Amino acid sequence: MDWINGILQGALIGGLYALFAAGLSLMFGVMRLVNIAHGDLIVFAAYLGLVVVQTLGLSPFVSLVIVVPTMFVLGYILQRGLLNFTLGGDILPPLLVTFGLSIIIQNALLEGFSADSQKLQAGNFETASLHISDQLAIGWFPFVIFLTAVAVIALLELLIYRTALGRAFRATSDDADTARLYGVRNRHVYALATALSLAVISIAAIFLAVRVNFDPASGPARLLYAFEAVIIGGLGSLWGTLAGGVVLGVAQAVGAQLNPGWESLAGHLAFLAVLILRPRGLFPKLVD
Amino acid sequence: MSSAASTPAFRIERSTRTSWIGLVLAIAIVVLLVSVPWWGGEDDLRLIVEICYTIALAQLWNLLAGYAGLVSVGQQAFVGLGGYALFGLTILAGVPPLPAIVLAGVIAALIAVPTALIVFRLRGAYFAIGTWVIAEVYSEVMGLIRDLGAGTGMSLPVAISRHVGETRFDREASLYYVGLVIGIGTVAVVFAWLRSRQGLALTAIRDSETAAGSVGINNDRTKYAVYLLAALVTGMIGALIYLEKLRISPDSAFDVIDWTADIIFIVVIGGIGSIEGPFLGALVFFALRYFLADYGAWYMILLGAVAVVIMLLAPRGLWGLVADRFDIHFFPVRRRVRLE
Repeated sequence: MDWINGILQGALIGGLYALFAAGLSLMFGVMRLVNIAHGDLIVFAAYLGLVVVQTLGLSPFVSLVIVVPTMFVLGYILQRGLLNFTLGGDILPPLLVTFGLSIIIQNALLEGFSADSQKLQAGNFETASLHISDQLAIGWFPFVIFLTAVAVIALLELLIYRTALGRAFRATSDDADTARLYGVRNRHVYALATALSLAVISIAAIFLAVRVNFDPASGPARLLYAFEAVIIGGLGSLWGTLAGGVVLGVAQAVGAQLNPGWESLAGHLAFLAVLILRPRGLFPKLVD
Repeated sequence: MSSAASTPAFRIERSTRTSWIGLVLAIAIVVLLVSVPWWGGEDDLRLIVEICYTIALAQLWNLLAGYAGLVSVGQQAFVGLGGYALFGLTILAGVPPLPAIVLAGVIAALIAVPTALIVFRLRGAYFAIGTWVIAEVYSEVMGLIRDLGAGTGMSLPVAISRHVGETRFDREASLYYVGLVIGIGTVAVVFAWLRSRQGLALTAIRDSETAAGSVGINNDRTKYAVYLLAALVTGMIGALIYLEKLRISPDSAFDVIDWTADIIFIVVIGGIGSIEGPFLGALVFFALRYFLADYGAWYMILLGAVAVVIMLLAPRGLWGLVADRFDIHFFPVRRRVRLE
């Protein structure tokens, strides 16, 4: 029964990875920008949550009311003020600039908050669980994480396929130059994509901060999980990304059941297995 | 009229005046470096070894990213594997340390063969993150091996480091020469590689992959060869580093900051896609570290910011600015047609 509980828990935590991955996927989809600082921005949002919780005395989940809009605005500024200048044919500038940004964010957090690990407290909610039978129980918190991931991805799908902004996203994704001819303001659209991406990952960041300890160096591991979920799910498909997150979460849970030290290794190995057996992911949509 | 008369006379130049000056300068520097153990202290030796392997790592990363378009964020995988191979070979297999350095490089290259088959499935930026995942996998696997200290790491027994030299200074001097050979050897190999047909192919790939493919270059095979070369030499460098440090752990051996981030910053600041660039970048790096060592995190913030600004304003780095303005090439890898 430990096994079933562990795997179920892992599948639900997969929702968290899917949220990390949705932000990464959105930026890549719209402007072919792979943001190496993605994980560090997640950790940055977690620290922002920490500051809001500590200064205003709010509960972590209420702090989202401030953290999400702040990250949205920061994302817009980041794209217009910096990342837009890296876009073009060459892959080196975006890669190396976001890599530099990643190191800058990590060290700025280190300077501001020290290397001590932090955590947000959400009281009983963290450990409360829903009993299904005597032996089977689902944690409320992982359950809420998963439902949030499903809701966020459904909203993103609606936005991408049903709104004018989504049409602009898809148009620039297909052919940025032609989209401009039709009056799409590319730089503004890119900035909105990054803003949206950071808004999504700040929700994930607060969940992360309630679930586990974090410190300024926690970012790269989140980037790798997000990346693995995207590749496992298949490029260009947000529902695929959710599946990728679940596969990753289950693999980590299985690894952890076998030996507590194997948790992240098992996730990495699942990713490599998919890369070897199905290099385009489980549910590919985009040809790239 | 013969066709020869209508063809202007020309010759292909493969060296420049500055490259001859460069050669003389390089020989003088090498002679000076060889003499350091007679007059320098242990700290000097250690610093020069560090500069040597840093430049070597920068040259290799530049060959990968600047020429082959393989932007790896996972070269720490091969530093770590080289270091662990050295510990495994000397402690578990009883191989003397100096031959073990070479074997460690071979082991790293052998592991790079299947690694490349997996990561080469990813392109561009995804390749970058893929190499990082692979490095994490090797780090975690090394952390599971009890005989090599598992997660906490282990020290090299004194008996083994005695093989390198009886006294402390003898050891430092021996490792100094190994470091010098690896540093100069790496630059020489990269230079020779870029001047060869392989280098011509690589330069074509750097400028345009599609065009390179269309003139008959096998892009994948050329990149594969570069990846394995980089793994081989990076593995040897890793072995040297941990033979000098005498202590290894998964966290330090596979550290992305020390073995990849710093190196990327050096190449970007100095100038990506040239041999001179990494030298200039290393100069800036060690100078900044010397002056800012006490400022901790601020030093890394400044280094990252400088790299970001240079990438945006001068994508070919400081050397690119110099070379464009004065047409200086210390390491002539290009062919130029001169009409007579």
